[in-house]
Amino acid sequence: MTSLVSSADSVIVIKPTRGWATLKLREVWQYRELLYFLIWREVKVRYKQTFLGAAWAILQPLTTMVVFTIFFGKMAKVGSDGLPYPIFSYVGLLPWTYFSDAVSKASGILVGSSNLLTKIYFPRLILPISAVLSGVIDFAIAFIILIGMMFFYGIWPTPAVVFLPFLLLLATGASLGIGMWLSAINVKYRDVRYVVPFVTQLWLFVTPVIYPASRATATLVEHGLPPWLYGLNPMVGVVEGFRWALLGSGHPGSLILTSTVVTVLMLLGGGMYFRKMERTFADVI
Amino acid sequence: MSDVVIEAEDLGKEYRIGALLPGYRSLRETIVDGFSSAARRLSFRRAPGSRSSSGTIWALKDVNFEVLRGEVVGLIGRNGAGKSTLLKILSRITEPTTGRAVIHGRVGSLLEVGMGFHPELTGRENIFLNGAILGMKRVETFRNFDDIVTFAELEKFIDTPVKYYSTGMYLRLAFGVAAHLESEILLVDEVLAVGDVLFQKKCLGKIGEIAKGGRTVFFVSHNMSAIQSLCTRGICLKPGGVAADGTVESAVNAYLETIIDEQLANSALHAAPRKEGLGTRFRISSVRFEGVQDSQIPLWSPLRLRFDFETTEPLSAVSLGFSVYSMDREHLFTCESADSDSFLELEGGIAGSAVGEVPHPNLAPARYVVDIRARSGSAVVDAIDSALMFEISPFGVSSWSTDRRFRPVSEWNYQVLGNPMAVHPMRPAVSDRT
Repeated sequence: MTSLVSSADSVIVIKPTRGWATLKLREVWQYRELLYFLIWREVKVRYKQTFLGAAWAILQPLTTMVVFTIFFGKMAKVGSDGLPYPIFSYVGLLPWTYFSDAVSKASGILVGSSNLLTKIYFPRLILPISAVLSGVIDFAIAFIILIGMMFFYGIWPTPAVVFLPFLLLLATGASLGIGMWLSAINVKYRDVRYVVPFVTQLWLFVTPVIYPASRATATLVEHGLPPWLYGLNPMVGVVEGFRWALLGSGHPGSLILTSTVVTVLMLLGGGMYFRKMERTFADVI
Repeated sequence: MSDVVIEAEDLGKEYRIGALLPGYRSLRETIVDGFSSAARRLSFRRAPGSRSSSGTIWALKDVNFEVLRGEVVGLIGRNGAGKSTLLKILSRITEPTTGRAVIHGRVGSLLEVGMGFHPELTGRENIFLNGAILGMKRVETFRNFDDIVTFAELEKFIDTPVKYYSTGMYLRLAFGVAAHLESEILLVDEVLAVGDVLFQKKCLGKIGEIAKGGRTVFFVSHNMSAIQSLCTRGICLKPGGVAADGTVESAVNAYLETIIDEQLANSALHAAPRKEGLGTRFRISSVRFEGVQDSQIPLWSPLRLRFDFETTEPLSAVSLGFSVYSMDREHLFTCESADSDSFLELEGGIAGSAVGEVPHPNLAPARYVVDIRARSGSAVVDAIDSALMFEISPFGVSSWSTDRRFRPVSEWNYQVLGNPMAVHPMRPAVSDRT
């Protein structure tokens, strides 16, 4: 038999909102099952539809690593803080690939879900969150290769490996912070679609994936600037943190701190902008 | 405890005309807009209710009503009266511009079936996905799973990806999930009743079952017979407010009146809404029934429809036509001048008229709606939906409420042994009527 939920506790007031809206994270939590199903759909469909399925999650960072090793490691000799270049770049590529995929998926998700947006209510924040979280599965698969490589090179993780979940969270936060901005803007201006691949490509070069962060901070110091400035790019803290936790390279200290602060600010700003724009999504999309 | 579950106060929704168009805006538009909205702020607020020069339109205006627990409310109104907008506001998809609504209880909105369905996923997987999108808890979906599958008659195919489903199977599954939403208040759009006639009946039957189960249902439809059979109350919207709120009968009557009102105002069809690209080269400027008063046509009289038209450029093989629909939008028939091979070759910048006659329409006494069309060759050059309404008046025929669509002229030939009778066809207005 059907049982009706008591209505005494659920009163919905619908009225125009003005100015900035609250984030309503509690409501997002109430809809966590929808979030779960959206992530599950995304992952399931991708692995069902593609011939290579999960192998794609490995192929992309692996081939990039090979190309980087040949061109930057061997030919350009950009340096790798004394670590073998393949594992040095692969550890950087893991969070980077996750970040760039998550940003591009999140930026298009509102437009891609327009049929949902115009037909049913749910906290719209669920959509960019689902886009960002579904990438974690790919990350986990690609991580298995890293474990193999660490065995191969005989590198044991440092005790700092306990910070790895926090670093992944930081990467997730950075992708979501940017993803919320871009997805909301994309509803109004479809230019975003063209901007995202271009921006992530440029972003790769200001992130220490190919080269060690020490080279960038050294350049900053040469110009009389404090090295923590480099951490304003939140992915700097993440990538350096990964190397520190897994490969035992130098402690990235102030870089992680700066990146964390920037990520938190981006999340707050992105969330508020998203909520402000949210009320027009269904009308404009 | 108050038994009012939905209260709406002065609800209104203003759209930019640009926002009604599909698609997005360019940066350039935004910059231009920034200037014009700044200018707008300096001027007085314009009178609402219609298109204003500053490019906005009120899709919904001054809507007030209360819905009590357990009521089944039918929401009707012409296209553009704001039904969909109201439904979207109540289901929180879009925000109102003015006013407020208070809803007590959990709301389920069914504006479309099969939301979020993915063709690669199996029926079982899609049930859970769609359930989550509609706001069902997983335990709820589990509890109703067997019922949904039984309703959809898909026991054998539940683990097949839905891309292999026929349209019918797909719709049954999608409606099945929607119908098992256990919310106290249900907002339903008529698009739910899709597919073939049998399935539509099944869907409407299910909605009726839900309605009888003591839940509050808000049902939008163009199907007057569905509204009349399902609803306990009717609200008729018109552009700029509520036309009627009360019994289903009163709402349906108000709906018909809005059509007639508009028809009188629009006998000149210059300003009638048209789809893009229509009415530019060839324009039907007015259309009316000839020899008819108040849109009343006596039973078994001919239908005589007069079109006035204008052209802006030369057109060849022009034909005019009209389609007659019942009030619940069932298409009854179409007549075109092309049927009798009468085409017109027209020069640009001229005006003319045409009369189309159906000598024996044989329509049953009821109300009907007429769509009109003009074609040049096979291309539609002008089209106006619901351009006219008329009523076949019963003239003393006893069974007018039981005839569904047609009441053909019939001729009878009695033979009684030893007492042969003369044959005379039945006609209205014959002299032996008093």
